Amino acid sequence: METVAIRIEDALKGYVWTVQEFARLCGIALAGAFRRPWYTRDMVYYMDQIGVGSLFIIMLTGLFTGMVLTLQGAIQLEPYGAIPYVSRLVSTSVVRELGPVLAALMIAGRVGSGIASELASMQVTEQIDALRAEGTDPIKKLVTTRLLATLIMVPVLTVITDGIAIFGGYVIARFYLSIDSFFYWTWAFEALRAMDLVYGLVKPLVFGFIVCMVGCYAGLATTGGTVGVGRSTTQSMVTSSILILMSDFFLTKLFIFLG
Amino acid sequence: MIRFTDVSFRFDNRQVLSNFTMDVPPGHTRVILGGSGCGKTTTLRLVLGLLKPESGSIFVDGQEIVHLTEQQMVPIRAKMAMVFQGAALFDSLTVAENVGYRLWEEDVLEEDAIEQAVDESLRFVGLEDTAHKMPAEISGGMKKRVAIARALACSPKIILYDEPTAGLDPINTHLINQLICRLHSEEQITQVVVTHDLETAYRVADRLVMIQRGEKIFDGTVEELKAAEDQQIRSFLEPAAVLQTPRCFPYKGGAVRTVETAADSAGPLPR
Repeated sequence: METVAIRIEDALKGYVWTVQEFARLCGIALAGAFRRPWYTRDMVYYMDQIGVGSLFIIMLTGLFTGMVLTLQGAIQLEPYGAIPYVSRLVSTSVVRELGPVLAALMIAGRVGSGIASELASMQVTEQIDALRAEGTDPIKKLVTTRLLATLIMVPVLTVITDGIAIFGGYVIARFYLSIDSFFYWTWAFEALRAMDLVYGLVKPLVFGFIVCMVGCYAGLATTGGTVGVGRSTTQSMVTSSILILMSDFFLTKLFIFLG
Repeated sequence: MIRFTDVSFRFDNRQVLSNFTMDVPPGHTRVILGGSGCGKTTTLRLVLGLLKPESGSIFVDGQEIVHLTEQQMVPIRAKMAMVFQGAALFDSLTVAENVGYRLWEEDVLEEDAIEQAVDESLRFVGLEDTAHKMPAEISGGMKKRVAIARALACSPKIILYDEPTAGLDPINTHLINQLICRLHSEEQITQVVVTHDLETAYRVADRLVMIQRGEKIFDGTVEELKAAEDQQIRSFLEPAAVLQTPRCFPYKGGAVRTVETAADSAGPLPR
């Protein structure tokens, strides 16, 4: 019984320690954004990797999400004779929820795990220590640059996902449900409020922060050689996905409260 | 140039170093010798400030570094360079970019001057042809030499080597030893070489320190080490003589242990 209590205590201490170290890393990385050196070239490189590199999967995600949503929405609206208004359902669902969340989950899979495995490999091959020995601040060079690139690119990718998803919905609405183009686009935009667009851009910022920082933390905290690299990559993917879904709920509650 | 005074370091409830004292005067090459896991690499990490000791003081170029922050360590680290055990070259950069990394980061020299320094460093280690290759395209021995070139490019006062010849063939081992000796004789750089390779130790050392299970058990010249009669030192220098005892294995940290099996009490194993 006593051993179980000690194990629980150790596990809790471990969780608290992880949260504390994660918060510390976030603080240092954010503070790094306001001091030299700027590493502009590195940042542009990561923006290209994260943004342009994720464009294809993001477009596919958006396209098929919009198409499926239109098909399913039409089935639900049919008994009420409201199929022509399916674009309202598509645009609000995509801009408020599906666009930011699905884009973030795809980016977590592609970018977050990539960051984690790259930093983990650097950690186990002593490259992080080598950076410190060379007088470079590894958090500033490796974490802050990636964080800024992610914070810039995730909202951009989300806007693209939203646009492609609404377009995907249009393709199904026009050619499968025979809804008039003018009617589709008019109701798609009519349904959106200005605040939806604001919230639709705040969410990707939070999700981007989660994806990048969880990936960086998992990578930098790696121990145990190549096995550790694999563990960190998986851990980063799972943790960021869960945190994205959890934070989406709390952000939605907050936005509903704010109106 | 480097001074350890009563330095102790603990990691995960294991005492890695106990009251370790060592002095490396300017321009000298000091070898730290010992078995795997005895605390040799820890000493280098302590000098670089990558680890902080539990107690004791460490001076580098006249400055106490134990209580310095990461930011305060930057000018101290600028005087030093380290050759890591696995070379620790940056995978995403070419050999030339690796060698000139610190110079480009510091952004003090002109581009031409940096390229010249990179070229000279690579020439010194005989790898001027590999400048545009990626680390993955060169052999383990070449990586170690690139790591030495990277250390040299920034003209450090101190170079620290972590197992510079581990895993290398005799030719590459000889080449690395030769480079360390040349840096000592031609550039008068202060060097600390951590190794368990006796050939390297005998070849490059001015003086040697031997560590076993975190404690210093020897400090002297090569001749003094060879003449030492201490059982622990002899077991390291002539393992064949000690390890011929059946079921005799090295401890993590250097000493020798004998494993008792059920057969010991039951008599000899049946043949």
